[in-house]
Amino acid sequence: MAQTRREMLVDPLVDNNPITLQVLGICSALAVTSSLQVAFVMALAVTFVTGFASMFISMLRNHIPGSIRIIVQMVIIASLVIVVDQILKAYAYEISKTLSVFVGLIITNCIVMGRAEAFAMKNPPVASFIDGVGNGLGYGLILMLVGVVRELFGSGTLFGITILETVNNGGWYVPNGMLLLPPSAFFIIGLIIWAFRAWKPEQVEEREYKIQTVEAH
Amino acid sequence: MEELISLAVKAIFVENLALSFFLGMCTFIAVSKKIATAIGLGISVMIVQAITVPANNLILTYLLAPGALGWAGFSDVDLTFLGLISYIGVIAALVQILEMVLDKYFPPLYNALGVFLPLITVNCAILGGSLFMVERDYNFAESVTYGVSSGFGWALAITAMAGVREKLKYSDIPDGLQGLGITFITAGLMAMAFMSFSGVKL
Repeated sequence: MAQTRREMLVDPLVDNNPITLQVLGICSALAVTSSLQVAFVMALAVTFVTGFASMFISMLRNHIPGSIRIIVQMVIIASLVIVVDQILKAYAYEISKTLSVFVGLIITNCIVMGRAEAFAMKNPPVASFIDGVGNGLGYGLILMLVGVVRELFGSGTLFGITILETVNNGGWYVPNGMLLLPPSAFFIIGLIIWAFRAWKPEQVEEREYKIQTVEAH
Repeated sequence: MEELISLAVKAIFVENLALSFFLGMCTFIAVSKKIATAIGLGISVMIVQAITVPANNLILTYLLAPGALGWAGFSDVDLTFLGLISYIGVIAALVQILEMVLDKYFPPLYNALGVFLPLITVNCAILGGSLFMVERDYNFAESVTYGVSSGFGWALAITAMAGVREKLKYSDIPDGLQGLGITFITAGLMAMAFMSFSGVKL
């Protein structure tokens, strides 16, 4: 095997991050990041589903006919998501209300399908499980980063604990309300991508048009 | 009637699936490089959305909701926990059927939209539309309106995005922001523009 298990787990965190490089799973991610607690639960749920979906699909990979593989994968993923949804409803009802439809949308989260197609269909169960967990964590990392920025500067708290005392409560910090609104998530992700690519220049995309500099004579 | 119109306006502008709920983002970012393909994908999403939301509404009312199986003699059965798996099944099946029908009876349309149809099964905007319909308890008429108008809103957003990106590729962007980064920031600016509709009430 080309990669060791450790690489499989660590690689998707920065070097091959599902969100910033593979452009997978942005869909349901961004709306849940306005508070850190919710983002954390979402990250856990996605890691659980990606890990186990990859493992089960990999166990069945030699028995799934090619023509109906998408539907078989969908059924496995959907069953796991139903389990997560029911658990959340039973033990964390408030959070499951805030997440509303986004738990269900893990089914169509491209990370789960993407890893199932690209990795689990060709590799043994344990490796697939590690790969799934790694990608789930890579997704979770971005989610938490965005969540920290949005909650800390948007409402002055982290995990609901006050860090920056806001003006309304007699403190000094004027919260930036825009960070609680959806568009801010786009800006933060854009900036995170910029930071990642400044750190790892090999991830920079090719320009379609080069701007030529003409030397003056 | 007025209620339905206001629902449609709300679904197209104020609660735009792509820009205020981030649904269908993967395809939104990946397929918005050219206006022509963006329009093709937008129309496909609209058609599929217009069929699947009402279809899932019927399934919910007559099969899954508590007591819905009363007509078959099981009046105390509650199957709502099977919701997710049924909706995604319905979506996958309907997309497949739509593809076959288009191929047989409307070949030109099939050639134009064919490549996008399989992509739509895993487009979160479609499943998201059905889940919002469930969460907000829409009746049949409302779900037809919601399906059509939310699909239209998504199509509008992706077409506008493609228009911006076609111009944007000539501009001088810092290396790290090239491609994906600048696309996110553009999407953010568009989402802010769409937010200005949020005070509109009919």
